[in-house]
Order: sequence, then C-alpha cells, then structure tokens
Amino acid sequence: MFDIWQEIFSTIKKNKLRTFLTGFAMAWGIFILIILLGSGNGLKNGSIQSYGSSQKNIMYLWPGRTSIPYKGFQKGRRIKFEDDEESYLKRRFGEIDVFASVIEKYSMVISYGQEYSTVTVSGTQPSYAFINNLEVKANNGRFLNEMDLLEKRKVIVIHRKLSDLLFKANNPIGEYVVVNKIAYKVVGVYDDDNTNDTPPVYIPYTTAKVIFDPTAGSSELVFTLDGITTEQQGEDFESSVRNAEAEKHTFDPTDRRGVYVWNMLADYLQTLNVFGAINSFIWVIGIGTLIAGIVGVSNIMLITVKERTKEFGIRKALGASPFSILKLIVLEALLVTGFFGYIGMVAGVGITELLAKILENSTPEGEMSVFSNPTVDLPIVISATLVLVIAGILAGYFPARKAVKIKPIEALRYE
Amino acid sequence: MITLKNINKTYNNGSPLHVLKGIDLIIEKGEFVSIMGASGSGKSTLLNILGILDNYDDGEYYLNKVLIKNLTETQSAVYRNKMIGFVFQSFNLISFKNALENVALPLYYQNISRKKRNLIAMEYLDKLGLKDWAQHMPNEMSGGQKQRVAIARALVAKPQVILADEPTGALDSKTSVEVMEILKEVNADGMTMIIVTHDPEVSRKTRKIIHIKDGVIGNITNND
Repeated sequence: MFDIWQEIFSTIKKNKLRTFLTGFAMAWGIFILIILLGSGNGLKNGSIQSYGSSQKNIMYLWPGRTSIPYKGFQKGRRIKFEDDEESYLKRRFGEIDVFASVIEKYSMVISYGQEYSTVTVSGTQPSYAFINNLEVKANNGRFLNEMDLLEKRKVIVIHRKLSDLLFKANNPIGEYVVVNKIAYKVVGVYDDDNTNDTPPVYIPYTTAKVIFDPTAGSSELVFTLDGITTEQQGEDFESSVRNAEAEKHTFDPTDRRGVYVWNMLADYLQTLNVFGAINSFIWVIGIGTLIAGIVGVSNIMLITVKERTKEFGIRKALGASPFSILKLIVLEALLVTGFFGYIGMVAGVGITELLAKILENSTPEGEMSVFSNPTVDLPIVISATLVLVIAGILAGYFPARKAVKIKPIEALRYE
Repeated sequence: MITLKNINKTYNNGSPLHVLKGIDLIIEKGEFVSIMGASGSGKSTLLNILGILDNYDDGEYYLNKVLIKNLTETQSAVYRNKMIGFVFQSFNLISFKNALENVALPLYYQNISRKKRNLIAMEYLDKLGLKDWAQHMPNEMSGGQKQRVAIARALVAKPQVILADEPTGALDSKTSVEVMEILKEVNADGMTMIIVTHDPEVSRKTRKIIHIKDGVIGNITNND
C-alpha cells in the first residue's frame, strides 16, 4: 500500500506545476463553496432573527359568543374551550404538530420587594416555548416542564426585560415574586423576538386553572401546522377546523363569531419562499462551482493520461494489471483533490469564522441584521469532505478508464 | 519452450489484412534465434503475439507448456510479468524514474517489497556494469547505457524468454556490437532469446535465423 503512494508521489513531483494548477482549481472550488454555504447560512440566520415566529405556520383559536341561534340554542351563548380540545383536534387533523392551550389574565400586578409592574399572566404548557420561539438561554434557568403542570407548582418564567426591572443585576432564579397575593418561584428567564414593552409571564396551565377560575376553559389554543403550503390548503383547513369546533360545541358552522380562527399562513408562506429561494440559490451555485472543479481536475487528468500513454504501455508490458493502472490514476486524483480541497476548505471555514467574529463585534446588542453568523457547521464540513472524496474519485475514474483501455503495442509505438 | 501451431492473424482496419498466414514454429529452451523479414512481413505482429501483447485469431501458442489463448487483460499481465522480458528499440524506460527504479518495476508488479526489489535490481545493474549509474535518470545516460538498463529490467523477473525488438536499431555500430555481446552472454547463461531484426549484422550473431515473408515462415538457417 505504501509503495503505490510512493509511485504516485514520484509522478506528482515530476509534474509540480500541473499538480499545483489542478489542485488550485479544486481548492478554489471548495473555498468558494464554503464561502457560499457560509453566506447562505448568514442570510438564513439573519432572516430567522427578523422573521421570528413566522418561520412556523401557527394557528390560533379563541372562544367567542354565538351570533346565530342554532338547534334550539339562543344566540349570544358563550363558547367554552374544554381540556379535551387538544386530543379532539389532534385526532381529527393530522396536520397539527405541536399544540398548547393557554389561560390568559391581563393586567396583573407582579412585584418583588419594592419593584412592581403590570403584566399579562399566561398559564400554558411546555410546548408553548417552541411554538412562540421563547428561548431560555444558558444559566437562565428553564422553561416550564411537565412536572410543573402535573404538580400544579407555583413557578413562573419571566421575560428578560421584567427581570431587569424587578431584580436589576441580581440573579432572579430561585427568588419569589408575588402576583395577586400569591408567591411564585422564578425558575427561568426567557428571551424572544418580541418587541412588546410588557411581555407576558408564564405559569403552568394547571396552576392558572386552579388559581384563576377552575370552571373557565382555555382562553386560547395555539398549534403549529405541518404540510400546509398553499393559500387554498390554508383556507380549506381553516374552515375544517371551524366546522369541527362547530360540531363539538353545537353552533352554526357559518357563525363566524362562535370561534375565532387566525393563522399566520401568509407570513409563513412568504418566509418559506424566501428560505426556499436562498437554499436553491446556494445549491445551484455551489454544485455548479463544484462541477467546474471536478471537470477541471478530470480534464487535466485526461491530458495527463494522454501524456503518459507510453508510460502506461511500458507498465502494461512489464506486467501491470488493468486494475493497478486504474488504482494509480484514481488515487493520484484523490490525493490531489483531497489535499488541495482540504486546504480550500480550511481557508473557507477560517474566512467565514473571521467574518462572523467581525460581524458580531460590529452589530450592536439587540439590533437586527440581515446577515448573522455566516458560518458552516460540522455536518456541512463533513459532507464537504465526503463530496471531496467523491469528486476525487470521479475526477480520476474517467481518465483512468481511458488509460486502462490503452493497448500496450499501440502505446509503445506512440511517440 | 515455444510452440506455435498454425497461427493466423488478420487486422481489420478498413479492408482486412491477413498478416500471419499459418505460422508453425518451435523454439527450444536456451535457443538464440533471430526473426528476419522486410517491413510488412509480419515479424512485428509475430513478436507481439509471442509477447502476449496482441491476440491471434486461429491456432495455438504454447509458452512453457501453457496455452496462451483468449486470456483476460489481467491474466496476460501476469504472464507477461512472469514469463517474458522485453527489450525495445527505443528502450522504453520510464523517464521520471532512475535506472534502479526502472529495473525494479517488474518486481513492483509482483508485490515484492521495495527493499528487496531494489536489492535484486541493483544486482542486475551490477551484472551489466551500471552499478554506478543506478541513481541516474534515463536522460543522463547514453543509448548503450539505456539499452543495458532495459536488458537488466528484462532479466530482473527471471523470465522464460527474452523478446528483443530491433535492440540495436537506435544505437551506433560500436554500441550495437556491445549490446549484442551482452545478449549473447545472457543467452550463454541459459536464457532463451528471440530477436526481431531486419539487420543482417545482428542476425549473424544469433545461432538460428528464421526468415519470414508475407506472413509465412520461409527458410530457417543455422549459423553454426
């Protein structure tokens, strides 16, 4: 095995300039690919920040009052969301992905020591954080969990702004805040893309139900949807949900006021289109660049094979099997593409990381930027390596097949 | 050693060209034979068939009692490697390898370790008086030296037979004589030697001359 590398090195050494030019083409290709992928990621990260929760297709339901008499019921009847809404809707609609019920109380006073503020208190479930992009950063505790709900714990998750207001620079985790004469233990501080001045605080759904009003239903249902990608589908789905609710709560399906349905499909579709466009742009350019690199290497290898026709003829006459010739060329291509491709990759990753550092330092805290963290992550680097290997084999294989077909007699006559 | 029975070969480039028209030939072990003929007589084709570089259409070719017929590329590579040593008119050394590496190349294809094959190759270079030239590249050597390297390379795998195609064609007359002397010595050690040539000076040095004309064997003359 070591011997064949020595064979390859001796030919590479003999053709330093050619090897370098080939390799440079490859390194450049991979370098550009990494830069592109990094820029694409930067664009994507930037848009995720500015689009916020609209990257998910979210639907909201609110209970209302009926406006049309139906099946003996008077109009003006209040619709109540029961605790079985989740299982009812999920059973009916496979499109529903993540579901959360909410009980909301507005204008509640929250206080810690001498500091106080007025906030909306939302009793909800752990899944709510995912749906609305609430992020509890490292060292900031946690969001609500299932145990909180199961034990109806009096725990609370507050927004960073509220934390800054109530606790100043102190660590709020483990401290107790008072809402409506009841003390809640702060378990987490969240950040989100909300620009609202008084973002809500979150307590367990079950706790809220017990404390606020055990007989009142949920004040909001919210869930994400999968597989709805056109406006028509969105409208159809909306009316199906309305019909299902009308059936469950016995009101006229044409009554728009029984249950209010709202869905972020338009925003979502726009985001989807933007991301789709960015992704296909990157892929088209990236694959194009790479193919150019592969064709370049393959082309030069083809010329190499032509130049070395006589050598391969000699080798064959001396007893080289077709496979050994194939191996020689493929491995040489692999070595050249692999080595220089790796250099290009390292350079590309270095540049993107550097750019990310500069961008991070130049963007003021809390401000949005269209371009953020333009780096590639490990899976991309690994797949780029894989692509390199495949590119090397491809670049070598076609010329090698040509070399294998050389007939020794013809090659030896070739001057 | 070599037995040819009714070998026929036709090239089909445009109009069919019947090059070998039933060659019957027996060459014994240790013989020193030259094959002579004008250009177009079929002597090069015969050499290519003997060297398993080319296929034949009809007939049988036994090399050391092995029937050489319808072999795959890989099989013929193995036979070429183990049984046949080539010496060419234009030397056919690999230009970016030094003399030692060139001589060691057939052993590389036998998967012999680098150390061992360099040792063996050096031994053969020494036999041909080129020990001091082992590290030189082909373009630093004279024609005679290059041909001696090629002969060392042909011998290094201990083949059954050496096939030489106009071995002195590219050399001046003085060097030609030297190279022929070397081939004679190699033959004296028991190696079967077949030389294809159109040069009477060369064939005179061999012990048996086989004349070939228009694809058939003509008269065979013994030089002793």
